[in-house]
Amino acid sequence: MTTENLIWLIPLPPLISFALIVLFTNKNKALSHTVAISAAFLSWLGAMIVFVRALGVEHFGEHPFASSINWLPTGDTWLKVGVLIDPLGAAVLFFVAWTILMIFLYSVGYHNFGQPAGDHDHAGLPPHGATVHGHTVLSVEPMYSRFFAFISLFAFGMFTLVVSDSLLTLFVGWEIMGLCSYLLIGFWYAKPSARAAGIKAFMTTRIGDVFMLLGIAFLYSVTGTLSFREIFTEEILHTLASVPSGVFGLSAAGLIGLLLFIGTVGKSAQFPLHVWLPDAMEGPTPVSAMIHAATMVSAGVYAVIRMFPLLSMDEKTMTVVAFIGAFTAIFAATIAVAQNDIKRVLAYSTISQLGFMIAALGIGAYVAAAFHLITHAFFKALLFLGSGSVIHGMEHGVFHTGNHKVDPQDMFNMGGLKDKMPITFWTFLIGGFALSGFPLVTAGFWSKDEILADAWGHHHYIVFATLAIAAFFTAFYTMRQITLTFLGSPRTEEAKHAHETPWTMTTPLVVLAFFAVTYGWVGIPEHFPVLGPLVNNNWFHDFVGHTLEHVPEAPEFSWIPLLTSLVVALGGLGLGWFVYKDVKSVEQDKFQISFLKNKYYFDELYEVVFINPAYWVAENVIYKFMDQGVIDGVLHIFGPVTDKIGSAIRNYFDVPVVNQFIGDGSAEVAWWFGKNLRPIQTGRIQQYFILSLVVIFVVGGLLYYILTLA
Amino acid sequence: MDFLNTHLLSLILFLPTFAAVVILFLPSEESKLHRWFAFGASLIPFGLTLYLWNAFDPNRTGFQFQEQYAWYEAIGSNFHIGVDGISISMVLLTTFLTPLAILASFSVSDKTKAYFMLFLFLETGMLGVFMALDLLIFFVFWEIGLVPMYFLINQWGSANRNYASLKFMIYTMGGSLGLLLAIQMLGVLFGTYDLVTLYQNWNSLDSGTVLLGMPVHTVKTIAFWAFVIAFAIKVPLWPFHTWLPDAHTEAPTAGSMILAGVLLKLGAYGFIRLVLPFYPNEARMFSGALAFLAVAAIVFGAFASYAQTDFKRLVAYSSVNHMGFVVLGIAAAGLAAGTKDAHIAMSGAVLQMFNHGLSAAGMFFLVGVIYERTHTRDLNQFGGLFPLVPVYGGILIFTSMASLGLPGLNGFVSEFMVVRGAYPVLTVYTAVAMLGLLFTGAYILKGIKSVLHGPMNEHWAHGEHKLTEINTREILVMLPLMVLILILGIWPAWLVSVINQTVVALF
Repeated sequence: MTTENLIWLIPLPPLISFALIVLFTNKNKALSHTVAISAAFLSWLGAMIVFVRALGVEHFGEHPFASSINWLPTGDTWLKVGVLIDPLGAAVLFFVAWTILMIFLYSVGYHNFGQPAGDHDHAGLPPHGATVHGHTVLSVEPMYSRFFAFISLFAFGMFTLVVSDSLLTLFVGWEIMGLCSYLLIGFWYAKPSARAAGIKAFMTTRIGDVFMLLGIAFLYSVTGTLSFREIFTEEILHTLASVPSGVFGLSAAGLIGLLLFIGTVGKSAQFPLHVWLPDAMEGPTPVSAMIHAATMVSAGVYAVIRMFPLLSMDEKTMTVVAFIGAFTAIFAATIAVAQNDIKRVLAYSTISQLGFMIAALGIGAYVAAAFHLITHAFFKALLFLGSGSVIHGMEHGVFHTGNHKVDPQDMFNMGGLKDKMPITFWTFLIGGFALSGFPLVTAGFWSKDEILADAWGHHHYIVFATLAIAAFFTAFYTMRQITLTFLGSPRTEEAKHAHETPWTMTTPLVVLAFFAVTYGWVGIPEHFPVLGPLVNNNWFHDFVGHTLEHVPEAPEFSWIPLLTSLVVALGGLGLGWFVYKDVKSVEQDKFQISFLKNKYYFDELYEVVFINPAYWVAENVIYKFMDQGVIDGVLHIFGPVTDKIGSAIRNYFDVPVVNQFIGDGSAEVAWWFGKNLRPIQTGRIQQYFILSLVVIFVVGGLLYYILTLA
Repeated sequence: MDFLNTHLLSLILFLPTFAAVVILFLPSEESKLHRWFAFGASLIPFGLTLYLWNAFDPNRTGFQFQEQYAWYEAIGSNFHIGVDGISISMVLLTTFLTPLAILASFSVSDKTKAYFMLFLFLETGMLGVFMALDLLIFFVFWEIGLVPMYFLINQWGSANRNYASLKFMIYTMGGSLGLLLAIQMLGVLFGTYDLVTLYQNWNSLDSGTVLLGMPVHTVKTIAFWAFVIAFAIKVPLWPFHTWLPDAHTEAPTAGSMILAGVLLKLGAYGFIRLVLPFYPNEARMFSGALAFLAVAAIVFGAFASYAQTDFKRLVAYSSVNHMGFVVLGIAAAGLAAGTKDAHIAMSGAVLQMFNHGLSAAGMFFLVGVIYERTHTRDLNQFGGLFPLVPVYGGILIFTSMASLGLPGLNGFVSEFMVVRGAYPVLTVYTAVAMLGLLFTGAYILKGIKSVLHGPMNEHWAHGEHKLTEINTREILVMLPLMVLILILGIWPAWLVSVINQTVVALF
């Protein structure tokens, strides 16, 4: 099979799996997960084959795998859709395939496959446990098959997005993921909070999406194409850069870039559209990993990395991008410090790390942004799955003690899980260190260092400083999380009875931990002391950099960013450990600042400023006032007015004029004549003759008079 | 076979009427017979339409399968019918939806004889509008369609049906007045009502000519607005839309399906068939006004829909929102006539008509399914029904997503085309329309949230009120709709290429 054909096929298995589960296998849990995992495996296999073949192509950047077909007739031309795997696509495909496969496998254990059905479990609510021989044990998810159907569709959306060669199909995959995230966040739909979170995610990202749709329409009308390879030619880019858009003094390229970027702001939960992501924690944990690491939020960053040649044509747009990214990075990192829910910490950490990537892109650090996207996907998926494993272990403890008031996600209920859940601990530690940028061994260090080096090397000192401080916070809250969860001694009875999770859950952790370490080594800068000469060249920079026509220069090596990243990583980790190593309860935590805990009150602000007024306006102004009041009010005037006109016509014309004057009147006139003429109708012929003679004389005389004299 | 080929359109057009007349002679008590006969009879026009679709040559310009008979010679009106790429897609939509609507009506048990007869008459009326190539014939069928629908709402509707049916009837007829006058004027001026002839004569009128004592420009402007208002009421465009939520809400389920699925398209079709070809200059001049009304329909329709607590009204208002995109596309095509933008916008508008026909019919049917079981449409009375009716829930989410315009399903393709076509020429309007698109999401999710999600309303879970799952017949109504929704989302080219050829030739 040609590689191009193979690429066409990559997204299909999950889609087929979705259809199969929904239509046929939804009653059978084992069959459903077998279908889903086989599909994820087939896509993974296809992705790996494509990746390996891509490595073997000389000058892959100039000769990517691409193929397209006519899709939609537009006047006398066709809108084409197709597939494209270039170096960036290949690198993204690699991590997407791996993380998706691992998440699928993990879901089997997370949803308690093999456990008995719950005593009181109800579709739409999380499982509550089953009683076996007098013990309460975990029970299997009642909507097990449905979960695998949804994540299959999600995987389809992501693979579609990655193999797309045009913005149109990218948008298709993008929106399908939006739907899936809605369905999966609200997976336990009977919980009002989950239901609300799903809607929040959908609507917040949709704000970005409608802007993106405008950007796509704009781009398509100016260039006549949506295909990446056709847009990113010198000629078209220059036209776009020189045409003014008429808005904010931006060029067409700048405005299109900005509109597309707003789509990313929604999808990748950047400030000010970040509010949906923490709430997305309402979904089951593998969903959080899917959404936060492997797929949806990465998709947003991937899209702007994709559109980089266009974005970089306008300085103003790039400044906006850099500002939003850097601000989000530090803004979300500060919130993460005050969160107690193990998943919420990671959620804010994700927002913050995505901010790093966006900021990197905004300062032109194309390769660094892509590199951090990939390493982050690995270690954040690992952390989410790890946190899911912790929660699962804690639930075990909760079922053991039977005290359901204990929140298994609150880190202050944990502590000392290191010995209970060793695999989870060690892998979580690796993930956490990678997130903090622990020097040399972790992947996160190399990608974050590259971003800082680029910011420094290209003289973006404000961005550099902001990101460095954000990185310090990152290391701090990560170590806070690790210390509170795993170190010290158990703070609750439940934590004492936590239990390591089954192999289906720990295997993905180990695999992802492997990448969270090793993936950094493919991107070691050439001039890095000692290690640089050892690895000889920066493979990642070389490979992905060639996606662009002009391969970006790696910044000169400088000690300042390197020392900075060493100090913030180690300093943050050390401080985090030092502050939290003896914290016994939430009261001793000095960072429970309500301003931070409540996320700077953005949810409340949006509620008051946008959501409530929108409904109020819809109901009272547009429906009740405008439609029912004004428009129908005017219409309802017609009824009575017509009625009035009708009665007026009857009362003032029909009755007096037509009926009384004309109708009755004519009858009366006839009657009057009849009555008064009666005397002359005597019945005597002689009288009639005389009358006739009189008439003839009179008329004849008159005629004579008129005819002769006139 | 030869007869079939030469009279294909008349057959499609009059077979439903013929079937209705046959029903008249069936025994009154045999409801089952009426149902099956009407269903079977409505499948024949659909089969013939498939044959027509197959025999239609999209690459030929002009009308195909034309038939012409002398009708009213004294005033120069002929019975002239024919189809091009735009009308054939509407004919397909009509003959496709009618059997489904009849199948959806199998639960009707009251006065079935009259009911199914009216439905079949209605089909003839709608098809006639799409096929007519003579203005007077167009008008006759336009009015014929009203009568059966009036009675369907008035006799088989719900509580407030008298008000709704009267509003529907009077409002539409009010619009028709201007339309009739304008048509008469054309007929008097040129001595013919034939569309093909009129297209040429009317547009070749010298601008210096004086008609009826007024400059030709003034006459055209007045006639333009007479046409526009008639069609705007039918579409319906803001602010002529308030008959729609009432009529849709009160109509019986199948009536709403046809009302939203096909009848609204008559208005949009009138814009495409009559307004733009007859008044290209006026359409360009007033495109801003049209676009304004269209965007108002999109935005206000979405907001009003979001404000509803009645499930059926919510869906009804969504039609205002969706049909706004059709008119936005038409306005853009009028403004940019002859350009690629116009072609894309117009193809998108026609496709949106087709797509909305599918998804709106599906949505109304699904509302009907739950209404039949619960006898309420109040969204606050539902809640958490998903575990009780998982299949229904899945179908509802699917259809809602089609209505929302999810990529991969049909609505996205047409909305994308309209937005793409309108953006370069009506930039600000298109940008504002995005607000409506955003709120489309809000009201769709509100519907799903209130019906399926959240804590279960135990009232429907047990005993006599226990909600039953969607049955096989009902699934069979939805299945063809869903399949077509999916096919059009993934591979729209089979339909769009037919529309596109005609659009390029005409606009």
